[in-house]
Parts: sequence; C-alpha cells; structure tokens
Amino acid sequence: MTDLSLPAGPAIKLKLDRDGAIKRLFMGIIALYLVVALALPLYTMLSKSFVTYSFELDRYEFQVSDEAGVFGDPVTAAALNQQLGVFTADDLRSNSDGRLTATDFFPDFSFRSPVKYRLRGTTANAPYLVGLDLQNTTEWREYDSNTFRRINLRPVTSVGPQNYVEYFSNPTLFSSIENSVFIAAVSTVLTVVFAFGFAYALNRSCMRFKGFFRLVAMMPILVPSLLPGIALIYLFGNQGMLKSLLMGQSIYGPLGIVIGSVFFTFPHAMIIITTALSIADQRQYEAAESLRASKWRTFWTVTIPGARYGLISAAFVTFTLVITDFGLPKVIGGQYNVLAIDIYKQVIGQQNFEMGAVVSVILLIPAVLAFYVDRQVQKKQVSLLSARSVPYQPRPNRRFDALCLGWCALMAVFIVGIIAICQYAALIKFWPYDLSLSLNNYAFDKMDGGGWAAYWNSIKLAGLTAVFGTVIVFTGAYMVEKIDGFKTGRGIFQFLAMLPMAVPGMVLGLAYIFFFNNPANPLHVIYGTMTILVVSTVTHFYTVGHLTALTALKQIDAEFEPVASSLRQPFYRLFTRVTVPVCLPAILDISIYMFVNAMTTVSAVVFIYSTHTALASVAVLNMDDAGDIAPAAAMGMMIFYTNAGARLLHLFASRRILGRTQAWRLR
Amino acid sequence: MTIINRLSLGVAISALCATMAFAETELTVYTAVEAEDLARYAETFNKDHPDIKVNWVRDSTGVITAKLLAEKNNPQADLIWGLAATSLLVLKTEGMLEPYAPAGLDKLDPKFRDGDNPPSWVGMDAWVASICYNTVEGGKLGLTAPTSWMDLTKPEYAGHVVMPNPASSGTGFLDVSSWLQIFGEDKGWEYMDALHNNIAAYTHSGSKPCKMAASGETVIGVSFAFRGAKSKADGAPIEIIVPSEGIGWDMEASALIAGTAKEEAAKTLLDWSITPKAMEMYNVGYAVVGIPGIAKPVEHFPEGITDAMIDNDFEWAANNRSAILDEWTKRYDTKSEPKG
Amino acid sequence: MMTSDHTGGAQAAGAAPYLQIKGLWKAFGDFLALKDINLDIEAGEFICFLGPSGCGKTTLLRAVAGLDPQTRGNIRQAGVDISSLPPSRRDYGIVFQSYALFPNLTVARNIAFGLENTGRPKAEIKARVAELLNLVGLPEQADKYPAQLSGGQQQRIALARAIAIKPGLLLLDEPLSALDAKVRVHLRHEIKGLQRKLGVTTIMVTHDQEEALSMADRIVVMNHGTVEQIGTPTQIYRHPATLFVADFIGETNKVASVFKGSRVALGNLSLSTAATGFAEGDAVTIAVRPEDVVPHSTAVMGEGGLNMLPVTITDMEFLGSFWRSHLRSPVLGDTPLIANFSINAVRRLDMKPGTDLVAELPAERVLVFPRGA
Repeated sequence: MTDLSLPAGPAIKLKLDRDGAIKRLFMGIIALYLVVALALPLYTMLSKSFVTYSFELDRYEFQVSDEAGVFGDPVTAAALNQQLGVFTADDLRSNSDGRLTATDFFPDFSFRSPVKYRLRGTTANAPYLVGLDLQNTTEWREYDSNTFRRINLRPVTSVGPQNYVEYFSNPTLFSSIENSVFIAAVSTVLTVVFAFGFAYALNRSCMRFKGFFRLVAMMPILVPSLLPGIALIYLFGNQGMLKSLLMGQSIYGPLGIVIGSVFFTFPHAMIIITTALSIADQRQYEAAESLRASKWRTFWTVTIPGARYGLISAAFVTFTLVITDFGLPKVIGGQYNVLAIDIYKQVIGQQNFEMGAVVSVILLIPAVLAFYVDRQVQKKQVSLLSARSVPYQPRPNRRFDALCLGWCALMAVFIVGIIAICQYAALIKFWPYDLSLSLNNYAFDKMDGGGWAAYWNSIKLAGLTAVFGTVIVFTGAYMVEKIDGFKTGRGIFQFLAMLPMAVPGMVLGLAYIFFFNNPANPLHVIYGTMTILVVSTVTHFYTVGHLTALTALKQIDAEFEPVASSLRQPFYRLFTRVTVPVCLPAILDISIYMFVNAMTTVSAVVFIYSTHTALASVAVLNMDDAGDIAPAAAMGMMIFYTNAGARLLHLFASRRILGRTQAWRLR
Repeated sequence: MTIINRLSLGVAISALCATMAFAETELTVYTAVEAEDLARYAETFNKDHPDIKVNWVRDSTGVITAKLLAEKNNPQADLIWGLAATSLLVLKTEGMLEPYAPAGLDKLDPKFRDGDNPPSWVGMDAWVASICYNTVEGGKLGLTAPTSWMDLTKPEYAGHVVMPNPASSGTGFLDVSSWLQIFGEDKGWEYMDALHNNIAAYTHSGSKPCKMAASGETVIGVSFAFRGAKSKADGAPIEIIVPSEGIGWDMEASALIAGTAKEEAAKTLLDWSITPKAMEMYNVGYAVVGIPGIAKPVEHFPEGITDAMIDNDFEWAANNRSAILDEWTKRYDTKSEPKG
Repeated sequence: MMTSDHTGGAQAAGAAPYLQIKGLWKAFGDFLALKDINLDIEAGEFICFLGPSGCGKTTLLRAVAGLDPQTRGNIRQAGVDISSLPPSRRDYGIVFQSYALFPNLTVARNIAFGLENTGRPKAEIKARVAELLNLVGLPEQADKYPAQLSGGQQQRIALARAIAIKPGLLLLDEPLSALDAKVRVHLRHEIKGLQRKLGVTTIMVTHDQEEALSMADRIVVMNHGTVEQIGTPTQIYRHPATLFVADFIGETNKVASVFKGSRVALGNLSLSTAATGFAEGDAVTIAVRPEDVVPHSTAVMGEGGLNMLPVTITDMEFLGSFWRSHLRSPVLGDTPLIANFSINAVRRLDMKPGTDLVAELPAERVLVFPRGA
C-alpha cells in the first residue's frame, strides 16, 4: 500500500472559466504596465550605457593632390594613422560630441598650399564635419587646403564596455562614489541615532505631548527633500542668521548635505524604529528586572537586540534615500560631487546620455543591495511580529521622562525650525538688504520654473497619481494575492512590483527618456505629456503601495474567493462588494501616500517634465538653480501646505467613510 | 453641480472657438528666453500674425539643448526662437537645422548669422559676460572692485568668487572659451588655475552667481550683464563690471528644425524674428541686438559693452567644446578643491 | 448517539452513484497527498472524510470542489465529468471552518449574495432569505453584521448562505472545529437534521471521530493519502478493516502476537478468534476494545472458559457513565490492559484498585491484523 506511485499521464488542468480569464487578463494588463513602465525602460538604459562612441578610421578614405592638382592614390585614414602613429587606440575613443581634426593625418599640411584634398566614406556611415556642416557620403568630395583644415571626423556608435572603463579611470567621477557612500553613511548613522532616541521616547516614556511630537516628526515627509537645503542657506549661508555657529565651516558641501539628509530621512527611520520598538515584550523586561539587571544592561541586552531588525532596516532605508537623493546636494552640495549630481551634470550639462546611463547603473548597485538586505531583514521582523507577546507598558519616571521630553523637543525645534525658516524666507522682500515683508516671492509667474501653472500641474499630477496609482496598485496586489494557479506569472509579477523600490527616481527618469523618446516606440506619444509623469510617479512609488495593499489583502479570509465561486458569483462582484470595502483604510493610505509623494518628488520627474507640465517640486529646484532662493522657499511652502491640507482631508475623509462603511467593525 | 458643469463647459467651448478663430497654425517653439519675456514676445508677434499660435517649450539652455538632442530622431519642435548660438551649432553638426535665409537677412550684423549660405541660424541679441560685484559686502571686507579678469586672481578675493560650471552652464562655457581665446590656450588654462584658487563655488546655472552676489551670499559673481542689470533694478547693491580684457558673448538665435511639418508658419515666424520691430522688442532687456543702430541704452547696463565684445569664434568653440570640458573637468571638478 | 445501521440514503437500485471518484491522485511536487482514491457517493448521503491531520481529507474535498484540482483521476457528479471544470461551473455549496462570512455585509446580504445577480426579483430573494434564516433558526438576525453574532450563529449563517442556491452537493470543511464543545454537539444535530430535511448530498471533513460517528451515513477513513476503510459508523467501529482504523476510531488494546492454528498466542495463553485469512506463523497484532473486555469474578477461573485471563486492577478512573480500569495480567507482562466497566459491573464485582478479576476477551471481539501494516 505504501509503495504506490503516481501513474503516468498529464496533470489535470482546470478549464479556464470567464472569471479566471478576466483575472489573468487584468494581471496581464498590470504586469504589462510594469514591463512597459519599468522593465523595458531600465533595459533600454542598460543597453544605452554600453553604447560607445569611437572614430572608425577605416571608414574614411583620402586622396591628396600635388601642387599641380594631380591626385595620388586613395588611402584610408586607418592606413595613414598606422604609418604616422598620431592617434593611439585611446585617442580614438570618444563621446557623442567628439571631433578628430583631419589635418592631423597630414603632417605637411599648410592651409595656404594649393594642394587639394578629397575625402569620402568607405561605408554608409562615415560622418564628418566641414566647418559645422555634417557630411555623410561615400561620394568623393574635394576641398582646397583652406577648407580642409576645417574638416573634423565624427565618432560613430558601437557597443562595448568602454564607458565603464572610462568611468572608473576618471578620478573625478570615481571620487563621486566615495563621496556618495561617505555622505550616506554619515547621514545614516546620525539619522538612526536621532530617530531611535525619538522613537524610544515615544514608546518607552510617559512624557507629555506624544501626539504633538508624532505629528511634528512626520512633517519632513510633506516637503521636497531640497527644502531643508534652502533653509540651511538662510541659517548658515554666508549671509546666514546663525553663520557664526559654524565657526568658519562652510554649509555648502558635505555638512549641508548631511544636515539636510537627517531632516528628510528622519520620519522614515522613525516610523520603522517605532514599529520595531512597539513589538517589545513586557515579560522580557520583567524577567530582566527580576534578575536585578541594571537599566543600562537591560537596554543593551533586551531593547537593542529586540529592535535590531528595525534598526538595520531603518539604516538601509535611510542609506538608500540619501545616496539616491539629488535635490539636496544640488542645492547645498557646493562643489561636493555625488553620484546623483553626476547623472544630472552628464545629462543636462554635457548632454552625455551614455555616461549618464553609466552613472545610473552604478547608482543602482547600492540601492539594489540596500533593498535586498532590507527585504531579508523585513522577513525576519515579520516572524518576530507574529510571536505572541505582551505589549510593553512604560512606567512614569520623572527624570527619564524629562530627558525624553528634552530630546524630542530638540528634534521638534530642528524640524519645525527648518520649515519655519523657509516660510520666513519666503516672505522677506530682499534678503539680507531689505527685510520688510512682502508677497513678491509668490509671484511665481515672473520667474523661471513654470510659475503658478507648475503648482496647479503638481496638484493635477498628485491627484491623478493618487487615483490611478491606487487603482493599479490595489488591483495588481489583488491579482497576485488572490488568483489561483499561474504560479510563475505571479512570481514574475511580484518581482516586478518589488523592483521600483530599488530604482532611484533619477535613474527611472533617465530610462524613460531613452525608452519613450524613441520614434520607433509606439508609446512615444506620451512623451512630454502629463501621462508620462503620472506613469513615472506611480511606478516610482509602486512598491510601498503594493506592500500596503498586500498586507491588507492577506488579512482577508482566503476562503472568500472559493465561497464566491461556489455561489457562482463572478470575482469582480466579490471584489467590489467585499474586498474593496473591507480594504478601504489601506486604499486610502495608498492614495494619500501617492499624493504626497507626487507633490514632493523631484528625481522621478526632473528629466521628463515639459514646459506644459512643469511641476512645483521641479520649480523649487529650478528657481534655486537660477538663484531665486526666496521664491523657491515660497514654492516649497506651497507644497507643504498643500500636502498638509491633503493629509487633513484624508483624515476627515477616512473618518467619515470609515464611520459610514465600516460600521461592521464595531461589535 | 449641473449649473457649474454647464458653465464650465460653455467657457471651454468659447475658449475653443476663440483659439480656432485666430490660430490656424500652432507652432511648437523651443526657447531658453527668460520666462518673464515669453508672453511679451508672443503677444508682439501675434499683433502682426494673429493666425499663428506660439506654444512655448521653455527651459534653461542646457536642458533645452539636451531635450533637442534627445529628440534628434523624433523632433518635437518646429522652431527654435531664442537659444544660445553655441547650442545651435551643436544642433547644426547633428544635421538638425534647416538652412533658410529669412527676409531682411542683409540688414543683420554679419556677426549675428551663420556663416553658411543660406544660414542655418540667425541671431537676435547678444548676451555678454560680466562681473557682478557686491559693494556692501566688498566694503565690509575692505575689498576694491575688480576691473579686469586678471584682477579676479588676486589673493584678496580668495573664497569670494563664484562662477558657473562650464560643464552645466552655457554662461560658464562662454567664460571659459572666451578666456582661452583672449589669453591663448596655455595662458588661458594658467589663468583658470589661478582663478580656481579664489573660487568659492561653481554653480550649475549662469545667473546664480550674480544672484548670489546680489544677496551678499558671495562678493563677486561671474555672470552676464542682463542678469546683473535686473538684480540692480530690484535694489541689489551691486556693480556690473565689464573686464578690461574684453568679454565673451553668445547670442540668442533662432533656427528652423529640419523636417518640421509647419514650414510655412515657421518661416513666417523666423522672418519676423529679425524685423526691426522684433529687435526693439529684444532691446527691452538686451543692450546689443542683431541689427546695428537700433538698440537704445538699457537701464543699469554698463557702458561700452559693444566695444568690449571679443571676436568670438563660435565654430572653434563648438568644435572644441568636448575637449575643453574634458580638460576643465579634469582640472577643477574634484571634491578636494578649496571651498569658501 | 449512533445513527441507525443502514448503509446509505436513497440508494436507487442500478442507478449510477451521484458522485464518483476514480483513480484520484494529488501530488505537491514529490509529495503524494492523495494516492489512488476511489469512492462512490449516493445521492442524499451524508459522508464524512475522517482522519488525522495531514491524511489528505481536506485535499480530497478541495479536489471535489475544484479549488485544488487533482493531478490524476476523474470525478463525476450527477453523471457529468467535472474533473476539469473550474469551481464556478461545478454544483456545490461550501462552508469553511472560518465561516468566511463577508464582514461588511449584513447577515441577510450574506445569505443573498449567491441569489443576487441571477435575475431573480428582489421580493423573491427577500422571501428566500427569510426562509433560510428560519431554517437555521435565526429569523431575528437579518440586519446584524457577522461580527455581532456568536460563532455558532455565524456558522449557521454560513450554512444558510451555502444552501441558498440549492446546490446538488454540500461540502463542509471542518465546520465545527472552531466552536465550543457544547455548541459543537448542538450544531451536529442541527446540521444533520437540516441535511435530512433537504436531502442534499453532503461531504463533511472532520478529524473528530465522534462527530463523524454521530453524523455520517458512511465514513471514509483516510490515512497518508489513502482510503483505509469506507463504511457505516457501526461497520467502521465494530469491524475496522485495518489496525489504523481500529486505533483511530475509539480505543484499542494492542498486543503483538503470532497466528497459530486458527488461534493467536498471548503470552502462554492462546486466544480463539473469529478472524480468518491468516497463515500459520503470521506475525499479527491483536486488538481488543476496552468496552469488549468482560469482567468476571475469579471464581470462574476454574471453569476453564475460553479467552480468560487473570488480571489485577491497578487503577480506576470514574468517567461518569463508566469506569475506566487499568488491569495488569501476568500473561501480558508490563503491557496494561484497559477496560471500560459499567457502573453495574463494578458494583456487582466490588471492584477497586487491587481487586483480582478474570477478564474475558470474547472470541468474536478479538480483532487480528497483520503486523507491520
């Protein structure tokens, strides 16, 4: 009886019913969305980073006449070079803007000589310039000496790892890696320590004003990452109010980037650490107490190990945020080069898209690594969470509570101070020479950056992102979680959904240029429109929404689908009547997350916005870039108020909707 | 609700009718002209040609150039109106411009047109380098105003000079290429080595150094005259200095994009862009314009700008741009450099 | 407690069974969860799949429901091959252990879920919901949300929802295991009563033998992915086909032994048995249920009756309706013999720990199974 074995034959597969077909169709559509909006652009970018420019000398053929005008035999540039050895293989590597002077092949060249020159391409693609006129022909063209000196050969593209070789042999670019890692590491340590102190006070003390502090800690999420940079200029710049505090140090550079980074990553780290601390088990502390362990010892043997996954996770999230951030180093980095700035410089400054792609690929590495470690840690944290424990109850302790209050107050002053400075700066007429208050800086239409239209565009983008993002993300998560069978497809989908977390916004934006701005791509019609901004933003923030949706869906009874199909009801009826209403709190969370981030993101959109779709967050960057720092602060504050308003609205809406539709939650 | 809906629908329809009636052709025009001037330019143009609607796509010189290059195989623009000539040269070498001789070309200063015939681009106005000097902050530090480029290398200015990064700013490249032309290549690099010791920061945009000088964030900003004049008009305590060696310049220029489907309208606009009327319009902000004899002095602009403009070799600058930037980046663009 | 001994519901002679499972296999990777399952279920029958956890009973139910399709084999329902039909095209109602009630819909809307969207007029749906609520005895709860009901009430609503669409087959997946013991016993009767009333063919998965014995018309005992025995509760109990069944259902005393000339050896005794089909010298296991041990006073020893062994009571537990007694016998060595003695017998023989008795193992109650199976 025990040695039975499976008879040969095909495995039974259920016929696809209409429900299954629709589900697969939906998942297919959303997977297709992720492929088009993520996988293909990244692939295009990767291949772009391998596009190299070099002078192909065997593609050009010269003929030189004697003084009487009788031409000799044709000879290729390659042959001439071999003979003369003017250009090494290294010299022949180039970039998209490279030039090679034709006269270099002729050491006896004189522009006054009556000698004439002929030039032609030996293959179809042999571009050269006469002055600034582009020629690309296999026909012989004749030039007198005076014209011939104005001839430059142009490089052609090929595929190879040369860009990477060049990148790593360029000490300037390479030092950006060091800088980026240094900045990210220092900011990470500081942020995690500060945020831990804050979270510890919130979780483990009986201090007052906890709700207020919680609110304050969330404020940095509502503004673009470059706003603290602007505040720091007003505080510590050469005309700064508190400049003397720096004792001669310049705020422009690593110092400014680190302070700003601590500001904007603080809430992210705080949330993660708070979660980690809140799962502590009261019984462990009681045990420690009964063993007469000192507070200090308990802290190191119970608290820290208990929160270690949270701390690791917070560190990696902070690290990724800092290393991929672009706004802050741009505003306050001074001459301090970091990877994200290099991409911007290569692309916008030098139009060297290939090198931009190379730096992007390099920027992907730490981000992917950090993401991977974070995922591993998260998995462990989840298993910790599921253990049954007695939640920790802090007991009042006057000295400790006062200490906690002091620490939180310090952090709150830092956060509120930064934001208040921006508001103040926005209202000053002409810092530092005319300190009267005025609303001049809100006259955005008179400045670079897109004016008030940019602000309205941002609201439109945020609204569209919130609506479409939530629909796409939630539907996608539902298909992954609740579809039966189709394992491989679901696996791929899950991978694609997790991928955006590891892709820095700038990298995504650059990939979008390469992918969508290609006439051969039928989707290029969305290039330069609001649509591409929405797609980019939704994709950039996909993962967190996806995880939120998954968590909510996992809490729903897995038997709902079988019950519905046994009742012969289509899945979408269950979806609309039960799944969506039950998950409404999570859905609202996803939408406000999408909204706030769409308002503040710079990196995901800086390469792909157009004049008609200028955005408030980019306007902050561009106004600062043009030196209009006060208006930049003013626009930054508009974003802050809008986001704060949206959050309030979200709060009220959630309460009302929940009150009306979630009556069933109450017993 | 319904009433509001109907109302807004009505507004939309009438707006639609209005555009239909007056604008038979819409042109997508790429430009780097200052944002506040755009509406005025389009308005003045539409007085003569109400049937052509201008849809601006505006950004800084670098971004617009990057955008045009990125769109090389699929141009979105019909026309460029107001982009640095240096950038147009780059586009020309990529074969992206359509040569066209606009009506009235002969009236234009020969400096203000492409040397080829027909020209691939025509100039509008010049855009000159100059130094913004904050007299208040200079006074506090006991400095005297510089009068020449060479002055900027004096040790007393150490940490008080800000200039744009040539790798990301058109103005910055203009400065560097003009120094190489004024001083010669070897001396030019020597000069920049010395200057580098005094630089507090290389900014990404060309107008920022002057705005930083205007707000006292730095004392000396290497920027362009137009920006300086504006800041001065806003009440900034700055002096606009034309260095004695001569100043680099670039021009705002216009060109047709090869392969535009709206050639007729685009040519009409290009023709108009070099009329005396257009020149007067440019003169509001720019002291030097394409047709000689039209320009009136602009408030707060320093004297003698036209004479100080060097004989800028745009072709040389364009063909050596890549090499110059490589060299510059190698020399100065590292982290270990002095900071203010 | 036990239902009558008839072997099935409406068993029309000659007609094909309502549900026919043939050569069913289920593999999860290399692991075989179901091995060659063959089973016929008649219309109107109440069938229980019984077995320890991991035996494959739920897997089998989910295969019938089309939720986890089998790897090989066929299922026919009402003469139609449903082997590869998706769940929505099969004809069944299902109730899960978790009830799976939609939390945001009222009780009435939960029950109406399968009725709506089918073109039925509203009034008809309303009437049907009211009828179902009456049927499960909760007419007052229509407008409450599931969270406001007790576990037992929720389970009845889940049942009402499942039968609302009048399915040909009702599948119950451990429907009572999440409930309190008292509610459970109560609901057993209700569900069984309801099933009789409706005449719906029902399959219930359970690991609780009492539940299976009290509710099922026939029980399918499963172990390690195979069917050990199919039979009525009495058949299963009185005539377990395998040692596993004997062991799993009810209690048994087990002793290793050897078959010798139609008798089995027990220490220096040999017991006569009704078991057949064994060859001389076969290694066997003897099994005797505690309630089959008949106590006699030591006086009968001399009578030399068959299958008698001397025992001493070492321990007694009072379990309400009977005494569970631990017996030791020199014949058995260290292995204790468990016997359930009626209160009457205990009084009659004045049993207490230390009392010597003679225990009779009646030949027809001595079960013999091949050893090592």
